[in-house]
Amino acid sequence: MSAKTMTGAKMVVQALIDQGVDTVFGYPGGAVLPIYDEIFQQNSIKHILVRHEQGAVHAAEGYARSTGKVGVALVTSGPGATNAVTGLTDALMDSIPIIVLTGQVPTFMIGSDAFQEADTVGITRPCTKHNWLVKETDQLSGVIHEAFHVATSGRPGPVLVDIPKDVQFASGSYNKAQPAKSHYQPQVKGDIDGITDLVTAIEKAKKPLFYTGGGVINSGPAASQLLRELVEATGFPITSTLMGLGAYPASGDKWIGMLGMHGLYEANMAMHDCDLMINIGARFDDRITGVIEKFSPNSIKAHIDIDPSSINKVIRTDIAIIGDVAHVLEDLLKVWKSRGRKTNAEKVGKWWDEITTWKKINCLAYTQDKKTIKPQHALARLEALTKDRKDRYITTEVGQHQMWAAQYLGFEDPNHWMTSGGLGTMGYGHPASIGVQMAHPDALVINIAGEASWLMNMQEMGTAVQYRLPVKQFILNNERLGMVRQWQELLHGERYSSSWSESLPDFVKLAEAFGAKGILCSDPADLDDAIMEMINHDGPVIFDCLVEKHENCFPMIPSGKAHNDMLLGDADTQGVIDAKGSVLV
Amino acid sequence: MSALKIKKGATSHSAYNLRPNFSDVEERHTLAVLVENEPGVLARVIGLFAGRGYNIESLTVAEVDHTGHQSRITIVTIGTPQTINQICAQLGRIVTVHEVHDLTVEGRAVERELALFKVAGKGDDRMEMLRLADVFRANVVDSTLESFTFEITGTSEKIDAFADLMRPIGLVEMARTGIAALSRGEV
Ligand SMILES: Cc1ncc(C[n+]2csc(CCOP(=O)(O)OP(=O)(O)O)c2C)c(N)n1
Ligand SMILES: [Mg+2]
Repeated sequence: MSAKTMTGAKMVVQALIDQGVDTVFGYPGGAVLPIYDEIFQQNSIKHILVRHEQGAVHAAEGYARSTGKVGVALVTSGPGATNAVTGLTDALMDSIPIIVLTGQVPTFMIGSDAFQEADTVGITRPCTKHNWLVKETDQLSGVIHEAFHVATSGRPGPVLVDIPKDVQFASGSYNKAQPAKSHYQPQVKGDIDGITDLVTAIEKAKKPLFYTGGGVINSGPAASQLLRELVEATGFPITSTLMGLGAYPASGDKWIGMLGMHGLYEANMAMHDCDLMINIGARFDDRITGVIEKFSPNSIKAHIDIDPSSINKVIRTDIAIIGDVAHVLEDLLKVWKSRGRKTNAEKVGKWWDEITTWKKINCLAYTQDKKTIKPQHALARLEALTKDRKDRYITTEVGQHQMWAAQYLGFEDPNHWMTSGGLGTMGYGHPASIGVQMAHPDALVINIAGEASWLMNMQEMGTAVQYRLPVKQFILNNERLGMVRQWQELLHGERYSSSWSESLPDFVKLAEAFGAKGILCSDPADLDDAIMEMINHDGPVIFDCLVEKHENCFPMIPSGKAHNDMLLGDADTQGVIDAKGSVLV
Repeated sequence: MSALKIKKGATSHSAYNLRPNFSDVEERHTLAVLVENEPGVLARVIGLFAGRGYNIESLTVAEVDHTGHQSRITIVTIGTPQTINQICAQLGRIVTVHEVHDLTVEGRAVERELALFKVAGKGDDRMEMLRLADVFRANVVDSTLESFTFEITGTSEKIDAFADLMRPIGLVEMARTGIAALSRGEV
């Protein structure tokens, strides 16, 4: 192994280069100055100066989700590190591989309440997959390489490396790769007995359903390809979680839409009534299951997951297969084909008849009048005008607009949809769109936002303008914390406590103040032209779309109810959630 | 390890019949966790229990392999079988955890605890203390004219029993190590 002597700061840059990193999102400060000095003196890695460290981490997430590579953020000690906590937690919940490098006060000052000292590894221990405090320069390169390995192996996730300033200044020996084979080697191949059990279940099922999640996306493009093959070959219907959208194309004829709290009627009914549920890379999140006791009462549940702790965590599984989705699907297809590609086609055909009846409910129908733009309509038009672009990437903030985006936009490919699922982080979408655009400079990157969420990280407009990133901020402005307002309507007797957005900025002027373009649209008749204007503008845009203020997001499975107990529209929603349901979030 | 044999026509029956039979009764399990001896590893393990609301009845930790940088954490925990499974799986996710063994499931383990007792007393009480210590095979490790300090090893139940007998005589202070455990039999 080639060992070269260099400073810790140089090692950081060298290790990133050796790991194939081309972009780092960051913000400098006293404790990372030596690293910034090294960044200044090279050209391999581009540093994007964000406007807030939370933005750096979400941008790294956006970069990671849209490329399948590791996203990297670099921040200073103390406040820089604490500002990164939300992004780390977000990445942990959604299993996104990112590396956050933090500066730390020099080793000899640790524990003395030094200026900008924070116990970064202590604070971030529960919100990282793993973290390290490196106290010796000789160990630095090994730790960074191991950090990449840990972030990407098994269930991906965020890792953090805390680097004291004296370690950055000191010299040590640099290793090009991990010092030794890492102890951390999660199982990727699924157990063949479990796979065979699943094949048997597939052969016999009368009402089968694929329920797929972010794990398919995380597993890589091969997993999505194999999933498509399996779905087509079996002819079984497929639904997906918010995180899994795009693994199977929305235009595919086996697609029955997203499931869950704001999932499609047909998808939730199918979940409730199926007799074989094939969970691929999803985790039975509570937005999906609703109340556990009533969750899909008559199905055999198969669960493919790379993380053993996901199995039997919430829902008891009948067939558990621990492994990487792509590996397991490959073996599953092999075994199923070798046994004659059997399914109970006749019964499955009847099952499709049932699903078709549910589809006829047309749960996403809405009426658009001539006066006010319905948020659903805004998204339906955006979809119509952009869906043919293969290079369209969508990020979102959190709220009603996020759910509508998931419902009304169709995703044909994995890695084209970036949203904060597990943590539900308002303020995610804007910096994430910047990360995506950095990775795909010529793509059409649109952040579907609510006005309230967008304000949480609006400072990143400066980043977009500085680096000429033509991100489109498509704000569905209902002047409400819409999702909160909806819950208050349903649960709290229409007492709208602090759920409206007052003193909003003039978004067009705000865009102009940043040096970007602003577009205001309030008339349904202008919508198409305005959207085209946004798309055709070669630069960042804030699109202020004034929409209906009191629209509710449906379908909705109210807290404490079963999948077959959905609210489909505004028709009296009062009192639907009982006392037991109202304590749930 | 296909515990589940899909029966003919099983897919049309209630799936609950097929599930591993998890009972809702809480059990006491002893876990052995082999970890990388790095700073923070104990915080990771304890943080996991605190963060996810699991019980810790007893926890001991010490380095067991200096050259291999390995420590062994022995945890006694209480939960339903599903919770215990979850605890083991969650421990297994910690990057610096090398092995997790549920000693209670893997076969009866040898479990021992060490305790130190300081008991005050004069006259006949002193005789009684020594008599009890003899029965429990406790050793006197320190003595004054008015007290004894005993060292006792055994199962937690044995130490509890010793404490119960010493308390009325004059148990002043007690220190316990928590349980160390190894699986029985061959390697
Ligand atoms: C950081 C953060 N704080 C609070 C919440 C709770 N929350 C969820 S949705 C929502 C309202 C979002 O409003 P807006 O962005 O305007 O979206 P809308 O629902 O109106 O489409 C709030 C406050 C959250 N998800 N994230
Ligand atoms: Mg809003």
